[in-house]
Amino acid sequence: MSSDTLKLTLRVWRQSGPEDQGDFRTYRLEGVSTHMSFLEMLDVLNEKLIADGEEPVAFDHDCREGICGMCSLMINGQAHGPDRGTTACQLHMRRFRDGETITIEPWRASPFPVVRDLVVNRSALDRVIQSGGYVSVNTGNAQDGNCIPVASAKQEVAMDAAACIGCGACVAACKNASAMLFVSAKVSQLATLPQGHAESSKRVVNMVAAMDNEGFGSCTNTSECEAACPAEVSVSHIARLNREYSKAILFADS
Amino acid sequence: MFRVASDELNSRVPDGPLQEKWDRHRFNLKLVNPANKRRFNVIVVGTGLAGSSAAASLGELGYNVKAFCFQDSPRRAHSIAAQGGINAAKNYPNDGDSVYRLFYDTIKGGDYRAREANVYRLAQVSNSIIDQCVSQGVPFAREYGGTLANRSFGGAQVSRTFYCRGQTGQQLLLGAYQALMRQVTTGKVRMFPRREMLDLIVIDGAARGIVVRNLESGKLEVHIADAVVLCTGGYGNAYYLSTNAKGCNVTAAWRCHRRGAYFANPCYTQIHPTCIPVSGDYQSKLTLMSESLRNDGRVWVPQQKNDVRVAADIPESERDYYLERRYPSFGNLAPRDIASRAAKERTDAGFGVGETGLAVYLDFRDAIARDGEDVIRRKYGNLFHMYEKITADNPYRMPMRIFPAVHYTMGGLWVDYNLMSNLPGLYVLGEANFSDHGANRLGASALMQGLSDGYFVLPSTINDYLATASLPRVVEDHPECTATMVAAETRLKKLVDTNGSRSVDSFHRELGLLMWDYCGMARNREGLQEVIPKIRDLREQFWKDVRVPGSGKGLNQSLEKAGRVADFMEFSELLAIDALHREESCGGHFREEYQTEDGEAARQDDDYSYVAGWEFEDVGEEPVLHREPLNFENVTPTTRSYK
Ligand SMILES: Cc1cc2nc3c(=O)[nH]c(=O)nc-3n(C[C@H](O)[C@H](O)[C@H](O)COP(=O)(O)OP(=O)(O)OC[C@H]3O[C@@H](n4cnc5c(N)ncnc54)[C@H](O)[C@@H]3O)c2cc1C
Ligand code: SF4
Ligand code: FES
Repeated sequence: MSSDTLKLTLRVWRQSGPEDQGDFRTYRLEGVSTHMSFLEMLDVLNEKLIADGEEPVAFDHDCREGICGMCSLMINGQAHGPDRGTTACQLHMRRFRDGETITIEPWRASPFPVVRDLVVNRSALDRVIQSGGYVSVNTGNAQDGNCIPVASAKQEVAMDAAACIGCGACVAACKNASAMLFVSAKVSQLATLPQGHAESSKRVVNMVAAMDNEGFGSCTNTSECEAACPAEVSVSHIARLNREYSKAILFADS
Repeated sequence: MFRVASDELNSRVPDGPLQEKWDRHRFNLKLVNPANKRRFNVIVVGTGLAGSSAAASLGELGYNVKAFCFQDSPRRAHSIAAQGGINAAKNYPNDGDSVYRLFYDTIKGGDYRAREANVYRLAQVSNSIIDQCVSQGVPFAREYGGTLANRSFGGAQVSRTFYCRGQTGQQLLLGAYQALMRQVTTGKVRMFPRREMLDLIVIDGAARGIVVRNLESGKLEVHIADAVVLCTGGYGNAYYLSTNAKGCNVTAAWRCHRRGAYFANPCYTQIHPTCIPVSGDYQSKLTLMSESLRNDGRVWVPQQKNDVRVAADIPESERDYYLERRYPSFGNLAPRDIASRAAKERTDAGFGVGETGLAVYLDFRDAIARDGEDVIRRKYGNLFHMYEKITADNPYRMPMRIFPAVHYTMGGLWVDYNLMSNLPGLYVLGEANFSDHGANRLGASALMQGLSDGYFVLPSTINDYLATASLPRVVEDHPECTATMVAAETRLKKLVDTNGSRSVDSFHRELGLLMWDYCGMARNREGLQEVIPKIRDLREQFWKDVRVPGSGKGLNQSLEKAGRVADFMEFSELLAIDALHREESCGGHFREEYQTEDGEAARQDDDYSYVAGWEFEDVGEEPVLHREPLNFENVTPTTRSYK
């Protein structure tokens, strides 16, 4: 393995709070190892800022292994950066060239207000789940797990959808700030599995309404979401959502 | 170093035969009438598997619940990262499993340092967990006929692990999170994300509330309740580098400890054998490669010292499959503590691989030849993908390089059979308590325990306390609330005002290194005696020289970290004292003075068959040891053998 290092120019969005206007600040960083993760590179920047008496750049992160959905960076205009199926925390510096300028911004979408620097508030996504992204079963109500057989092919489709990490990159990547991919992932998972059938009509109608209420835009099928999605959730789930939605409206019984 | 109290901790394990204890106990516990439940308020701190399942289930029962987490959404709790699976005694494969066998494996795996009654209950409840999760729509792996699939994990010879690809924790947590979100919609649960618990409010000896900091606004808030349920996870980040998420902390548990809750067995830490090795000093965390990989991967090192050939050039006859050699019956599926120490033994002896020599191989060559690449991809695709992203090596072509890393903490706040700490009204669930894993946890058992605690145990036991405690009404400006809030505020101010020269991270790294070097995979008396004053010195320096930029207003991530590191600095000293006091080797606690001729852990049952519950005196003062003797009525502690 080589132990190359990079010299980088970073253009980072700085915003001291929700009310602040915010602007880009430029920092230079040398000796960045190509083995570092992108967030480790930001750690190094922050250590330098602290040593220089400046405030470090705030950014969200937790698991640093691509599963919690906390990291949320626009890197050179791409949600989570240039690698397909990769969160910002799993992106490594070997992906960048020596001398490169990297622009780092928060998710930009009106339902995700900026809290500080690169940190946004994504509670809108939780509220969408609250509107119906579940199976209504209380603890203790369950029958034996094997009483509900699920064909392994269906289970695979459900799992593909369920893999969504709730990061919001699909929203950030979409010019309409649509949350359709996120919503369809949950609708599709639960519509594919027998456990979700009883509530499927109500679920899709309520979740779509909640999405609209939160101010997410409409879906115009540009598939930018799929390209940005670190969990590789496919737009085919949007097609299933649309089918579920039509069914629910056509056969509405209430 | 410490004082010994003469009392014995009362575990409140009910009488009767092991198999009947839980049923009888549930019958004897007082209930709260359905209509009265709405009069009780419960705080749940943490929304991992333990917290989400508890908060949702309590909401369903009708209690008023407030749930808290420090992330921006409850779905991001660290449980999300669990990869491999969850155990249950379903015996679907018909391979001889039973509740008793799961109980037995867990007790043995824990090196006979867990309470029999708790572990038996865990095994009993395990099957209901799977049913509950299936009914929520958790997409467990299936056989072609549509039935649930199983795989094997370390420390067991049956196949009892249920899984969702390599994302089992994610799927189980999303199931619990969705149940929680449903209760938010019904109004029974109020969710408070981006809140960090900074202290526990104790009034008349009972836990009655918490002080939290709203991480977005910076404001401190007081929340009052009739009981507080702590589900705040483990303390592995005391070591700085671990497989835990960056935010995992001991703060909530430590603050409860400072308010009187006993901390049990802090020295029981688990070092996981299969993690991606450290690559440089900028390293911010370590990534686990799930133990499930040991189903098909074979662990080896070269037979020659300092062999610099690439793996493919080393012929079969010059490879040492040391787990298969030392433990022929369990082979690559030996329990974690054993597999980790065996890796350390080989690398210490100079047989390690990779640039640093601090790695061993985990090789899929034979499995790929046997089953084909597609089968392996289907089983482990996302793990291989993750490995490749981090290392830029392709594990389908060359073996993975792995090394042990801090992963899980068996120790935690002491709780009785009801999961209540010695402080009335303070319940502790999930990794934050010490209860079920003894000195070593078996793979796929933490998810089981978190969900057992939250879905099934607490919702039964908390009623009894609420029905009988007759708590006085308190209001948010009760003098104790104000005093606790002022104390938290003063401490934050001190952190900001110190304005020294070193970053919080630099202190955390230094502490982590001390802990890893002196209190890691192997410990000894001299080292522990040396490290305790070093921790104290570092703590002093921290409070003199830490630099926390910005103010307490609004989001300040340095301040959040500073508070957590300050608590790790106090906690680590207790961890080292506990390790020093326990003059034996058991499970994850390996004292070099106590080993058999072939290097296995040597327990000292006559002297140490007890739970160590530590009482806080003051920072730097001698803690007080309270013992809970462990009685084995059903299994006889023997020397664990996986040979
Ligand atoms: C990489 C990895 C893989 C694993 N794989 C497996 C596996 O395959 N099988 C298995 O059984 N186990 C596995 N484990 C272990 C298992 O995931 C954990 O032990 C378990 O999920 C812990 O759950 P919990 O609910 O106790 O805590 P956590 O999930 O850690 O949740 C803690 C919660 O507390 C909150 N919190 C913490 N501190 C505070 C505070 N001060 N104030 C407010 N809120 C706070 C957090 O926000 C979070 O919501 C794995 C662990 C790791 C690290
Ligand atoms: S669908 Fe993909 S991009 Fe959107 S929230 Fe889920 S994981 Fe993120
Ligand atoms: S930090 Fe968890 S997904 Fe990136």
